[in-house]
Amino acid sequence: MISEALIVSAILFVIGVVGVLTRRNAIILFMCAELMLNAVNLSFVALAKMHNVTGHVFVVMVMTIAAAEAAVGLAILISVYRHFGTVDLSSLRTLRG
Amino acid sequence: MNGFYEFQFYLFSLLAIASALLFVTRKNPVPAALWLVNVMFALAGLYVMLDAPFVGVIQVLVYAGAIMVVFVFVVMLLNLGRSGISDIRSLGSRLGAGAVGLALLANLLVVQRQRIPRVALAPEIDNVVEGVAASLFTDYLVAFELTSLVLLVAIIGAVLLAKKRVRL
Repeated sequence: MISEALIVSAILFVIGVVGVLTRRNAIILFMCAELMLNAVNLSFVALAKMHNVTGHVFVVMVMTIAAAEAAVGLAILISVYRHFGTVDLSSLRTLRG
Repeated sequence: MNGFYEFQFYLFSLLAIASALLFVTRKNPVPAALWLVNVMFALAGLYVMLDAPFVGVIQVLVYAGAIMVVFVFVVMLLNLGRSGISDIRSLGSRLGAGAVGLALLANLLVVQRQRIPRVALAPEIDNVVEGVAASLFTDYLVAFELTSLVLLVAIIGAVLLAKKRVRL
């Protein structure tokens, strides 16, 4: 059951990575990052079953940091939308030479 | 571990992977967010099957209940819900992303098979919440307090960034 959980975790992580590489909508990119964090949490919980409950403590901390990241990231997204009028990453090309 | 638990474990795993695939292929951000909520719920079920009921509960409360609501709220605020054009990149970069994904998956599976030692399962604790609390408030107390500081900074930063005009 633990190795199956690790395989599920790897598959979910890869789905998140492919999502980041194939999408241009910044909100979807954030959601893919959340999916990757969740996949890592699943690894932590599975390995906690093998070792001890310390893994659960790290899951709690990852969730806290994910909440902080989502709050700040979405606030940045709102100001990007105010400035450029879009959140499509291909139209944010101010830094392109 | 009896068969019922194992059946539920595979059910929730399939549900999580299928919902994640539907999530990355949706064009519209709102259905994508709702499928991601479905992934979160399936993962909460997986956590319960893996003897982590506390983590399962905070998964539902924090991720499905709070973080995803913020995402849907921002989609609503920016009025992105009915974009007609697709934001998925061209075929070439999709193929490249698929190749990167397959390579990464193979890499992760090999590492999982070879580098994670097969040790005996930890002894079952009757009260997992007690163990988590004891560990969180003794060994990891400094890290716990620092995460609360990070949350405070994030709240102030989010308010400052999303305000209409910052007068300094």
